[in-house]
Amino acid sequence: MTSEPKEKPIESSTTQSSPSSTQPAKPATQPAKPATQPAKQEPESPPFEKEIVSQILSHFGNDKIKVSYIRPLRIKISVDPSNIVEVATFIRDNLGLDHAEAVSGTDYPKDGQIEVIYQLGSYSRDDMEGHIFSLATRTNRDDARLPTLINVYKSAEYHERETFEMLGVYFEGHPRNERFILPEDWADLPPLRKEFRIRGR
Amino acid sequence: MAKNVEPEIEDDLNKKLAIQIVKESEDDRLMRLSVGPQHPGSGHFRFTVTVDGDYIVHCDPDPGYVHRGEEKMCEYRNFIQNIPHLERPVIHDSSNIIYSYSLAVEQLVGIEVPRRGQFIRALASELDRQIYTLYWLAIYGIFLGHSTMFMWPTADRELFIDLMDALTGARVTHAFNIPGGVRNDIPDGFKDKCLRNIAYFEKRLKEYEDIFYNNPLFRQRTEGVGILTKDDAINLGVTGSVLRASGVPYDVRKAEPYDVYNEMDFKVQYMKSGDSFARSYVPFLDMKESCHIMRQLLDKMPDSGEVRAKLQPNPKGAPGEAYRRVESGRGALGYYIVSDGTPKPYRVKISVGSFRNMIALPHLLVGSKLADMPSVYWSLNYWPVEADR
Amino acid sequence: MIKDLVNPSNFNIMVSKLSDVLVKALDKPLGYAINWGRIWSLWPVHLETACCSVEFGAASGPRYDVERFGIIEAFGSLRQCDLIVVQGTVNRKMAPRLRMVYDQMPEPKYVIAMGACAITGGLYVDSYNVLPGVDGIIPVDVYVPGCPPRPETLIQGTMLLQEKIKRSKIK
Repeated sequence: MTSEPKEKPIESSTTQSSPSSTQPAKPATQPAKPATQPAKQEPESPPFEKEIVSQILSHFGNDKIKVSYIRPLRIKISVDPSNIVEVATFIRDNLGLDHAEAVSGTDYPKDGQIEVIYQLGSYSRDDMEGHIFSLATRTNRDDARLPTLINVYKSAEYHERETFEMLGVYFEGHPRNERFILPEDWADLPPLRKEFRIRGR
Repeated sequence: MAKNVEPEIEDDLNKKLAIQIVKESEDDRLMRLSVGPQHPGSGHFRFTVTVDGDYIVHCDPDPGYVHRGEEKMCEYRNFIQNIPHLERPVIHDSSNIIYSYSLAVEQLVGIEVPRRGQFIRALASELDRQIYTLYWLAIYGIFLGHSTMFMWPTADRELFIDLMDALTGARVTHAFNIPGGVRNDIPDGFKDKCLRNIAYFEKRLKEYEDIFYNNPLFRQRTEGVGILTKDDAINLGVTGSVLRASGVPYDVRKAEPYDVYNEMDFKVQYMKSGDSFARSYVPFLDMKESCHIMRQLLDKMPDSGEVRAKLQPNPKGAPGEAYRRVESGRGALGYYIVSDGTPKPYRVKISVGSFRNMIALPHLLVGSKLADMPSVYWSLNYWPVEADR
Repeated sequence: MIKDLVNPSNFNIMVSKLSDVLVKALDKPLGYAINWGRIWSLWPVHLETACCSVEFGAASGPRYDVERFGIIEAFGSLRQCDLIVVQGTVNRKMAPRLRMVYDQMPEPKYVIAMGACAITGGLYVDSYNVLPGVDGIIPVDVYVPGCPPRPETLIQGTMLLQEKIKRSKIK
C-alpha cells in the first residue's frame, strides 16, 4: 500500500498583517453604520482601501472612473463600457485581483439601464484575501450590449452566459451567447427583467 | 456519414480496400454520448462528452434541470418570507446558505446579533457542514462502486441529523438561522449528547481512512487523475475544497472571519497535488477540523443570554447594497442584495460554489479516459440543485 | 365412458368448459403469487428530480433500510425497473425527459410522487419554471406528502403501494 506524503497544513492565520486585519473582527457592526444613516454623513474611508482606489484613479484619471463607495473590505467603482476591458486588465495585473466571484445584473427600469457588476476577489495576494472589489458598468435597456471580460477573467465565462439569458445582455466577443439554465424552448422575456411578472403576482 | 469512394480496380485490391475501411472509420471515429439526468453516475445534471475511442475530446455541461427561479422569487417576498425557499437549494446544508443571507440582511437593516446567538449559529453551521460532507462522501463511494462507503457515512450522518433534529425540530431544511440570530435556544442535555457524538465520530474517521482512503483500488482510480494545477485553479476561479486541493490555502472563515470565527483556533487544511485524490481527501481533513471547532464552540459559549435580536414585524432595508459570504461545504457562498427602502429586496444574487466549480469540468475531462469520468466529476464537489438555484 | 361423452360435436365445448374451470381454480392463487413477486421486488429507476433525493438517499441507508422491502436502487438500465419515484420539483426542462423515461419502462410500472412539489408544485408553485404537480404528465399511484417527507413517511408510501398492487388483478 503506497502512502501518499500527506502535506502538513500550514497555519495561514499568521500571514494577515495588514491594517485590514483589524476590520474583520467586527464586520457585522461596522458596515451597518452607513446603511442606517444613508442621507447623513459618510464615515471615514479606511486607509488601505483608499490607497488602492487612489492607485487606480492616478492611473486613469477621475473622468473615467466613478467611485461608488469605499467600505472596509468592499470597494465599488463604476466605469463606462468602452473602458472596462483596460480597467479590468490594469486591476488584474497591478492589484492582484485574479478571479471573478460572481457577475450579476440588475435591471433599473426607472433609469432605463441595466447594471452589470463583476465581483472580483484575490487568491494570490495575502493582504487582499477578504476583499471584494466590485466593478460596475451600465448599459441601455433597449439595446444591451457589453464587451466581454473572459479574455481578462476566464472565470466569468459561465456567469456572463447566465446573465445573457436571464437579462438579455449581449456580450460581444463571448463565444457562446446561448441558453444555459433555462429550457431550450424558452420563448418569453428574459426572466430577471422587471416587466416579467411571475404567476399570480 | 457514408463516404462514396469508388474503388479502383488494381492488382493490390485488398490493400486498397483495407485503406478505404480505415479511412471511413476514422471519420466516424468520434462518438457523442450524453451523460444525462437519468444516469447512475450523474445526479440531476447533464453533460455531453465526445469520445474518440476511450479518450474524451470535448465536454459540454448542460445544467438547468432543477432551475426553480430562486432569484426571481425573492423579489416578491419580504426578507423573512424568503428564508424557506432560499434554503431548498441545499436542503441538508441549509444553515450555511441562510447564514450568508442573514449576514447580508443584518447589514442592510442594521441589526446586531447577541453573542450567544452567534455561537449557536456557528455551531449549527458546523453541524450542517458535517452532514453535507458525509452525504457527498457516500455518493462518491457509490459512484466508484464501493457500496460500504455508501452505507457507513449515511449511518454516521444520522448522528448529526439527530442533533439538528433536537435543536431545530427538522431533519433537514432547518430554517434555524434568521436575520438577527437563531430561532430558539439549545435544549437541555444537548451539549453532552453533542460531545458524545463527536467523540464517537472521530473514532469512525479512522475506520474510513482504512477502508476507503488507503484502499489500493480507490488510490489507483483517483491518484494522478484530473490534475488541476495551482495557476489554473486561480484563473478558473474555483472555490472550496477544489481550490484547497490544488495548493491555495483559502478559507472564507480565515480570510474574512464572520461572527465568532476570529476567536476560534483552527488551521486551513490544504494539499498540493491537485488530483482527484487530493480533492477527495481535503473534505475529510475539513471534517476533522470541524470537530475541533465544534468542541471549542461548546466550550466558549456564554452560559446565558439572548439568542435573537428583536426585529420589527416587517423590517425595511436601508437603500443600498450588501455582499456577504460564508464558507459552506462547497466553497464560498455569497449573497449580493440590493435594497431600495421597501420590505422586499430589489435584487438578490446568489453566488454558489457549485456553479463556480462547473467551469473546471470541461477543463479536466478533456484528455482523460471515459472511465475516469465519475471520479473527476464528483470530486469537484458539485451539487446540481444548488448550481441551478 | 369418456368416448361416449366426448364426440366430435361437443369436443370444443368440453375443452372450453374445462379450461374455464381450470382458470377459475388457478386465477386467485396464481394472481396472488405474481403480485407477491411484484411487491417484494420494486426496483426504482435512478432518476433524481430535485431536493427530495437527499431523503431518498437517507432512506436507503442503514437506519431506514428500504432494501428489506426489495427496493434496490442500483441498476443502470431502466428497462429492468418498474418503479419511478418522482423526488421533488419537476421543471419545464426535466418534464419531457421524465415522460421519455416513463415511456421506456416496461409494463407493469408504478409511480410514487414524493414531496409537496411533485404533488401540486409545493413551495415553488408560482415560479416560472415549475410544473404544478407531476400528475399532468404521468399517472401517479401513491402521493407521499411532506417537504421533504421523512424516510418513515416514504416507507409508509411504499407499503400503501404494496397494498394497491395486492388488490390489482393481473391480466
